[in-house]
Amino acid sequence: MTANGKPKFAMYWAAACGGCEIAVLNIHEKILDVDANFDVVFWPVAMDAKYKDVEAMPDQSITLCLFNGAIRNSENRHIAELLRRKSKILVAFGSCACEGGFPALSNLTTREETLRTAFSTVSTDNPQNLRPQPNYTVPEGELDIPHMYSVVRPLDQAVPVDYYMPGCPPESEQIAAVVELVIKALKGEATLPAAGSVIGAGHSTVCDECTRTRNEKKITGFTRIQDFRPDPALCLLEQGILCNGPATRNGCTARCPMAGVPCVGCYGPTDGARDFGGRLMSAVASVIDSTDPQEIERILDQIPDPVGSFYHTNLAGSLLQASKPTWEEDQHAAHHD
Amino acid sequence: MTEAFEPVIIGFTCNWCSYRAADLAGTARVKYAPNVRLIRLMCSGRLDPTFVLKALASGADGVMITGCHPGECHYLEQNYKAMRRYHLLKRMLAQMGVEPGRVKLVWASAAEGVRLAGEITKLVEEVRALGPLNWPTAGVAAALPAKPAALEVPA
Repeated sequence: MTANGKPKFAMYWAAACGGCEIAVLNIHEKILDVDANFDVVFWPVAMDAKYKDVEAMPDQSITLCLFNGAIRNSENRHIAELLRRKSKILVAFGSCACEGGFPALSNLTTREETLRTAFSTVSTDNPQNLRPQPNYTVPEGELDIPHMYSVVRPLDQAVPVDYYMPGCPPESEQIAAVVELVIKALKGEATLPAAGSVIGAGHSTVCDECTRTRNEKKITGFTRIQDFRPDPALCLLEQGILCNGPATRNGCTARCPMAGVPCVGCYGPTDGARDFGGRLMSAVASVIDSTDPQEIERILDQIPDPVGSFYHTNLAGSLLQASKPTWEEDQHAAHHD
Repeated sequence: MTEAFEPVIIGFTCNWCSYRAADLAGTARVKYAPNVRLIRLMCSGRLDPTFVLKALASGADGVMITGCHPGECHYLEQNYKAMRRYHLLKRMLAQMGVEPGRVKLVWASAAEGVRLAGEITKLVEEVRALGPLNWPTAGVAAALPAKPAALEVPA
């Protein structure tokens, strides 16, 4: 299998939901091109392979590695470092690898609080209040499970990344186009973009691709799509629905807002923008229709979770990255490790 | 061994009023705390919340945003936009665990040099009482990684 001369392909999931893998399979018959042009050597969700198999591979022997998911625990970091060593082209694939994604919203609370929510709240059937132990001795020997970090990080805060491919998940058409480009580049028919580029996405914003009618925006209150019947042709933000389109990179054909669901910003910040939420807050706040501080406060009361709304999939990649208590816990842990 | 904590405050000023107020305070030799580093913008409406986040993430202990009094903006109503952004930003920062007292919005006309100097000294003392912010990303955030422009691959 290794002697067929084809370039090697790997895909890995760290702290992720599996949606990125589904998106890759959603490229339909193009997946056959992947198989025809690549030797798939490691892809835990699709085939059986062990970490020791990867460890045995020569360095730089994997041509293309799509890495999805954030760095949440020591296993994620270990495999990120391993795949970086073994891969020529390492792509941060999907929102979690690019900017932390949804898992990074736990950067608002401490690790302890996250574990409590997962194991000790009323919705969990755990009468003995058991928690996963990092080390455990069973008759067969000593068991170790990965250590969970306080701060969730995007892939590029763990290892250097060659390309970023945003999206939650990246659109299948974009994946197919990128795969095609890499295949062409391997044959010498195309050149790869500059290292560090965002690939499989546009230069503009989601609003640019959205065909809803836009007028001068004046927002007097925020609401949600389940609370009323939005106008199907009018800009969602103008209707008081918090839509992240104005700050989000295009490339998704504005699928969500066109279907009546506000953009969550999964394609991340546009060219030149460093902090997604900063740009979005700037855009949204400026169109609030009031000059009275008290009324502005009253309108803003209708956004119950600002960080969750403005950094839906971007918190770990933002300037502040995590909340102060999370950082404090992280630094305390680093001291004791 | 340990030096006394001197807060670092980044002050954003508007070209038409608060920067001139600071200038006036200087020419009138009004004394105020030397902890503030002023950055001149053309208007408080130019203030992207990212600037404040970058200042805090890069090691500042506090940020002062200043602009023309409401109704007196050189660009008609951009200071109202600054005000709305400030109110939203404060909520976001509170959720991130940043004490609300670290970021302050102050209106100052070109004639209010003494008042601006007083506000600066006041904020410095308030932030001194809060202690250092020491955001752990300092140094990383300052060197903004410039990602090359996106490659549009026709789907």
